[in-house]
Amino acid sequence: MSTELGLNVRRKSATPSSGTNIRRDGLEVSKIVDIDLCIGCKACEVACKEWNDLAVDETFNFGSYQSHEDLTPATWDLMRFNEVDLPNGDLAWLIRKDSCLHCDEPGCLLACPAPGAIVQYENGIVDFDQSKCIGCQYCISGCPFDIPRFDSETKKVYKCTMCVDRVANSLEPACVKSCPTGAIKYGSRHDMITYGEEKVAKLQERGFANATLYNPSGVGGVHMMYVVPRGEMLGEYGLPGDPDVRGNTSLLGLLRNLRGIGAIATWAGLIGVGLYWLRTGRKFPPPENIAVADAIALGHETEPPAPAPDAPSAGPRDEGDET
Amino acid sequence: MSLELTRRQFLQGSSAVAGGSVFLTAYGFDATAAAAEARQVKIDQAREVRSVCPYCAVGCSMIAYVLGDGSANTRPALVHIEGDPDSPINGGTLCPKGASTLQLAVNQRRILRPMYRAPGTADWQDISWDEALDKLARLMKDSRDDNFTVTDDDGQTVNRQTGFAFLGGATISNEEGYYATKLMRSLGTVYIEQQARV
Amino acid sequence: MASLAASFGRGAMTNHWRDFRNSDAFLVIGANPAENHPCGWKWAFVARDERGAKIIHVDPRFTRTSATADSYLAIRAGTDVAFFGGLINYILENELYHEDYVRLHTNAGFVVADDFEFTDGLFSGYDDEARTYDTTTWDYAHESGDAEPTDEEDTPGSDAEKPADPPDPGFAVVDETLQDPRCVFQLLKQHYARYTAEMVERVCGIPQDKFREMAATFGATGTADKVGNVVYAVGLTHHTGGLQIIRAAGIVQLLLGNVGRPGGGVNAERGHANIQGNTDNAISWEILPGYLAIPRPGMETMADYLDKVPAKQLRPTSINYFGTNYAKFLVSTLKALYGDAATPDNDYAYSFVPKPAGNSSWLTIHNEAREGRLEGIIYSGFTGVTVGPDSNRMAESIGKLKWLAILDPYQTTGSEFWRAPGIDPSAVQTEVLFLPATDWISKDGAFTNSGRWAQWKHKALPAEGESRDDNWILAQLMLRLQALYRDEGGAFPDPVLAVTMAYADPGNPSAAEIAKEINGKDLATGLQLSTFADLKDDGTTSTGNWIYCGSFTEAGNQMDRRGTDDPTGMGYFHNWAWSWPANRRVLYNRASADADGRPWDTSRAGIRWNGTRWVGDVPDFPATSTPEEAMGAFIMTGEGVGRLFAPANLTADGPFPEHYEQTESPIANAFSAVDKHPVAFHYDGVDATFASVGDPDYPYVATTYRVTEHEHFVTQHVPYLVESMPDFFVELPVELAAEKGIRNGGRVRVRSKRGEVEGVAVVTKRMRPLRVGDDKIVYQIGIPVHWHYESGTGEQKDSASMANLLTPYIGDANVRTPEYKGFLVNVESA
Repeated sequence: MSTELGLNVRRKSATPSSGTNIRRDGLEVSKIVDIDLCIGCKACEVACKEWNDLAVDETFNFGSYQSHEDLTPATWDLMRFNEVDLPNGDLAWLIRKDSCLHCDEPGCLLACPAPGAIVQYENGIVDFDQSKCIGCQYCISGCPFDIPRFDSETKKVYKCTMCVDRVANSLEPACVKSCPTGAIKYGSRHDMITYGEEKVAKLQERGFANATLYNPSGVGGVHMMYVVPRGEMLGEYGLPGDPDVRGNTSLLGLLRNLRGIGAIATWAGLIGVGLYWLRTGRKFPPPENIAVADAIALGHETEPPAPAPDAPSAGPRDEGDET
Repeated sequence: MSLELTRRQFLQGSSAVAGGSVFLTAYGFDATAAAAEARQVKIDQAREVRSVCPYCAVGCSMIAYVLGDGSANTRPALVHIEGDPDSPINGGTLCPKGASTLQLAVNQRRILRPMYRAPGTADWQDISWDEALDKLARLMKDSRDDNFTVTDDDGQTVNRQTGFAFLGGATISNEEGYYATKLMRSLGTVYIEQQARV
Repeated sequence: MASLAASFGRGAMTNHWRDFRNSDAFLVIGANPAENHPCGWKWAFVARDERGAKIIHVDPRFTRTSATADSYLAIRAGTDVAFFGGLINYILENELYHEDYVRLHTNAGFVVADDFEFTDGLFSGYDDEARTYDTTTWDYAHESGDAEPTDEEDTPGSDAEKPADPPDPGFAVVDETLQDPRCVFQLLKQHYARYTAEMVERVCGIPQDKFREMAATFGATGTADKVGNVVYAVGLTHHTGGLQIIRAAGIVQLLLGNVGRPGGGVNAERGHANIQGNTDNAISWEILPGYLAIPRPGMETMADYLDKVPAKQLRPTSINYFGTNYAKFLVSTLKALYGDAATPDNDYAYSFVPKPAGNSSWLTIHNEAREGRLEGIIYSGFTGVTVGPDSNRMAESIGKLKWLAILDPYQTTGSEFWRAPGIDPSAVQTEVLFLPATDWISKDGAFTNSGRWAQWKHKALPAEGESRDDNWILAQLMLRLQALYRDEGGAFPDPVLAVTMAYADPGNPSAAEIAKEINGKDLATGLQLSTFADLKDDGTTSTGNWIYCGSFTEAGNQMDRRGTDDPTGMGYFHNWAWSWPANRRVLYNRASADADGRPWDTSRAGIRWNGTRWVGDVPDFPATSTPEEAMGAFIMTGEGVGRLFAPANLTADGPFPEHYEQTESPIANAFSAVDKHPVAFHYDGVDATFASVGDPDYPYVATTYRVTEHEHFVTQHVPYLVESMPDFFVELPVELAAEKGIRNGGRVRVRSKRGEVEGVAVVTKRMRPLRVGDDKIVYQIGIPVHWHYESGTGEQKDSASMANLLTPYIGDANVRTPEYKGFLVNVESA
C-alpha cells in the first residue's frame, strides 16, 4: 500500500519497503513552536482534545498551572510550566508545549514490531494506527522524548497525530489553528526552518544570546521544531540536549515497560517480541541496541531485504494484534 | 444538582457529549471507531454558521460546524467550533475557552424547562412556561404598584418604581440588551445594572 | 468607564485590538492580556516582532503576561495612582512630553479658577461630615468672570458622557504659553512634584532604578515618531479610587501625545462578550441608550434637562458635538421607545423616564434588598453571590427578597443560593423562578467587542428542550403586564401601555427587527437612517441608540459585513462589521495629526488633511473642517481638547488623581494625612467588616483575578476547561509559605474579616515579597474567582470556596465598582 488518507507513505513499522520509495521529494510539513510567543494558555491543549474527541482526564491541581503532571493516552498535548531564577535576579517562567515532535527518524516507528501500527508519511507526520497496535510499548522505549502513552483499558498506545485527518484535507493541525499568539506555526518544513532561523536572529538582537532553533540531528531533525529563547536552559524546558534514537532505545528499557503492564498486555508484548523474532529470524530477542539498530537499518534500506526463510508472509502478521 | 456529582461523574457524563455521537468506553475510546483506519475529517459534510465567541470582549469570530442540511425532518447537530480565519481580529485563532465552546453549547447540564422553588422548600419543582410567566408578571406588577413613586417628597415628578431590579447583560446581544432596557425603563425601573463594574 | 469620558469625552477603549500592531511600547498595568484576551493580545507580539515594540508589565502578580513581556515590575495592589503619578512627574521633569501635542490637543493652557486648592490630600470644597465634595471651585477661569456655582447634588450622570459642565459662564481663559502659574500645566507639575521615584518605591514597592528604567522606556514614546499604548483592565478599576487611576493613565497618554493615534490610546480591555454593547445600550442605572444621562429629580421638563445636562461649549474652537446635539438624540430616543405616544405636546413623553433618587448601582441594589426595601430581582446571566463582594453578605441580601427570577442556561450560585452550603432552605422565604434561556449559539444578534466593533452572529442551533430566547421571555412578560394593567389598572400604566411593541410577532421580536429599531429611521418616509447627523429634535426621526445610527441602514445590516480589505494597511478594516460611532476605528483621530493636518508620523497616519477633506480612518471630526478653522480634536468635550485637569463634577473626587490607601491596607498613606479615599461611599454596617491599617490579624494583601482557562463562573460547566485548570487554588509567595509551613500542592486556608476559603496552595516565586515604607515586607496572595458551589466539578471540600467570600463591600467613589483588588487576609496551612 502506498497511500493512506490520500497521503504518501514513507514507511511503516515492521514493514520492509513500505514506502512508495520512488517519490521522495514531496512536500514535507512541519510545525514550529516559537516559545517567545507562547503564553501557556493551553488553547492548543484544549483544541487538540476537542478536535480529536479525546476523553476528559480527571485532573487535580498539584501546585502548578500545569493541568496534568504528564501526557496521558487522552492528552496528547500538554503545556509544561517551570519557574527558573535568572542570574540577574529576575524570574523566568518557562512554558513549553509538550507533544510529539514527529522525528524524521522516529524511534517509535523503528522500535515498533507491529506491522503498520506506526506510519510515517512522506510529509513527515508520524501517525499511530491503533487498529494494528499490539500494546507492546516498544515505541515508548524507542521515543527519545517520552511521548507515547499506553492506555490500560484499550491496551493501545496513543500520541499526537499532527491531526493527519485535517492535514490530509489541507487544514492545519488543530493546535496550530487555535494558537492565539501565533506561537505554533505550520507550513513546509523549509519555510518553518527559515522562520525559526530568522526568529532566532531577532531574539539574539533582543538580548537572548543563546536563542536557538531546536531541531536535533540525532533523530534526523523533527517536524515540530522549537524556537527556544533561552537556549542555555533546554533542560529546564524539559528538552533533551542531544537526543539520539539509537542510544535511547535499549532492550532493558523495553523490558521495563513490559513488566509494568497487565497480563493481557504482557501477552501482547510477548507476541510482539515473537513477531519481531519471526521477522528477523533470530532465535532470541536481540541484545541491547541491536534490535533498534536493525530496525533503523530496515527503515533506511531502499531495497527490500530478502525475507528470512522461515518468516511467514505479511498477511498473517497483520492480524498479530488480535489477542 | 451538581453538588451530588463527583468530579469524575461530571467529567465522564460530559464526555459522551464531548465525543459526539460515538459510544464511548470509560476512557472515551471506542474500539470500533479506532479500528477504522482512515479517520474521516469530521466537518467534511458540515454546514458553516458564523458566530462570535461568548466569553471575553476581544470578539473572536468563530465558525460553528453543523451537521444536517436543515431539511424538514432533521434536527441539526453541532459537531465542532473553530475560529473564523477571515476575522481581522483573531484570524481563526481561539483561546482554550473559545476552543471548547462546543462543550458550552452542547452540555448535559443545561436547564431545559422552567423550574419553581416555593418559599421555604428544599427543592425545585416543575412548572409550565405559562404558569411561570403568569406568576412572574404578577410578582412584577405587585412589586411595581406597591413601590411606585409618581412625585417625590419634594413634589417633583419622578415616575419611578423601586420594587424590583433587573441585573445582567454581559452575554446577551445588543438587541436583547436594548430590548431589556426599553421594557424595564418603561416599567419605571431605576435599578438596571449589568456586569460593567465587575 | 466614566474615567475615560472625564479625560477624553467617551467611555470606551480608544483604539482596537488589531491596532495594537501599530504600537512602539505597551504599558500593561492592572491587566493580564496574555491570559484574559489572548487572541487580541497577539497584535502586541506582532508589533514586537515587526517594529521592536517593548512590552512592560506592571502587576502584583507575575503572570503569563509577565512571562512573555520584556520587563516586569511587581507592584503593591492598589497603589496605581502613586505609580502613574511618579510616571507623570518623570515625564514632566525630564521634559519627555510631546510639547506640540500638549499645546494643541490638551487643556494644559487652560487657566484654573483662583479658589481651586489642594492641601494635604484634599481638594477644595470637602465636607468632612457628609464625606463629599462641593465641586464648585474645580473650574476654569472664565472670560466673563467667575464661574457660576455648579449643581452640588449627586449627579446621576452617564457612565461615559457625564454631562456636568457648568452652566454657560463664558469661554474658559487659556494661556497659550503654558506659563501662567494657575494654568493646568503648571498646577499639574506642582501636584505631581511630590510623586518622586523615591515615593514610588516607598508606596508601590518598585525599586527606584527599575521604575526609572520603565519610565524612560515608556516616556520615550512622547515624540511624533513613536507611539505608546496603555493597556488596562479591571486591575485598575476595582479600587475605591479606580476612576482616578484611569484618569492618571489618561494624563500620561495626553502628555506623551499618544491619544487619538494609531498604536496609542488608553485601552480598556472589557471582560465579557457584550459588556461594551450593553453599556452602550444602557443596562446601566445612570444612562439611557447612547450615554444620554438619566434625568434626576427636579428636571421637571425636557427644557430643564437640556439646560442642566449637556456639556457647554468652553472654547470658540470646541465642536462640543454631544452637548450641541443632545436634544436631537433624546427626542429621537423617546420616539423609538414610545412611538406615537411621544408628542411635542407631552414633551415627547419625557416624564415617562424614571428619575432615580440617588445612586442605583448594583451594590446599592443589593443593599436595598438587604434593607427590605427591594422586593424582587431579575438576574439575566448574572449571579450576585459569586460576583460579590462579600458573598456572605450578598447571599443574605438576596435572601431578604420576596422573589427572584433567573434567566440563564445554567444553574448559578444565584439560582441556588437558598440551598448553598451552610444554608437551611426552610429559613429562606424567597420565591425563585428559573426561566431557562437559550445561549449565544442559538440566537442571532450583535456583540460589541472591547474595541467597539459590533459583529453580527448567526443562529447555529435551535433552542434545546423548552429553553427560550431572552427576547421571547421578556416579550411574554410584557404582554402579560400590559394585559394586567389594562384589566385591573395600577400605578402609572401610561408608559407600560405606550411602549412600542410593533414587531411582526409582538410576543417574540427578532434580533433584526430590534437592530433596525436601534439604528433608527425617518418617520415620514419609514427609511432607515444612515447617520446620526440626520437625527432631528422635532419628532420626525427615531433611534433606539444614536451611537448605533448607521449600523443597520437601507443598505442592510452593516454589522454583518465580512469585507477583509485593508487599503491603508493600518488595520482599520472598515468593511468588516461596523464600529460605533460612524464606523470610526480609532477615537479622537484628529489628534493623530498636527495643526496643519499632517500626521505626527506619516508612516502611521490616523487621518490627514488632503486639501479638501480628512482621509484615512473615518474621521472622528467634521470631514471638511479645514485645519485653519482649528477646531478641537476632542469633539465630545466642551473644551474641544483632552483633559489633563477634569473640572467641576466630571468626577466626585478631584480634578487631579491623588493616591489614597485601599480601604484595607497594610500601611498608612505616605502622601498625606488622608489615609483612605475621602469620598468612597460606606454602606450601613460595612465599616465593622473592614480590617484596620496594619491589622495584625490580617497582615497580607490579597487580590482576585481570572485565569485564561476560565471565564468567571460559567466555564465550571465545561469539562475540557475544568480538566485544564481543575481546582480552586491560592497563589502565595515561597517565603510566606515557608514561614507558615504551607507546602506546594498542599492545602491552605485564607481568612479575611468577612469570610474564609480553603484550597490548593500554589507556592510560587511569581508572588514576590515587596519592600515598602521603612523596610516593611509585604506579602501578596492571589485568589482566582472561578470556583463556586454550583460548579459541580470541584471537590466537595472546596465547593464552598469562592474568592468573593473575602472581598470588602465598598466601591469606587464615582461609579461604585467594588474594591476586589487589594484587601487584607491571613493564611494558614489547612
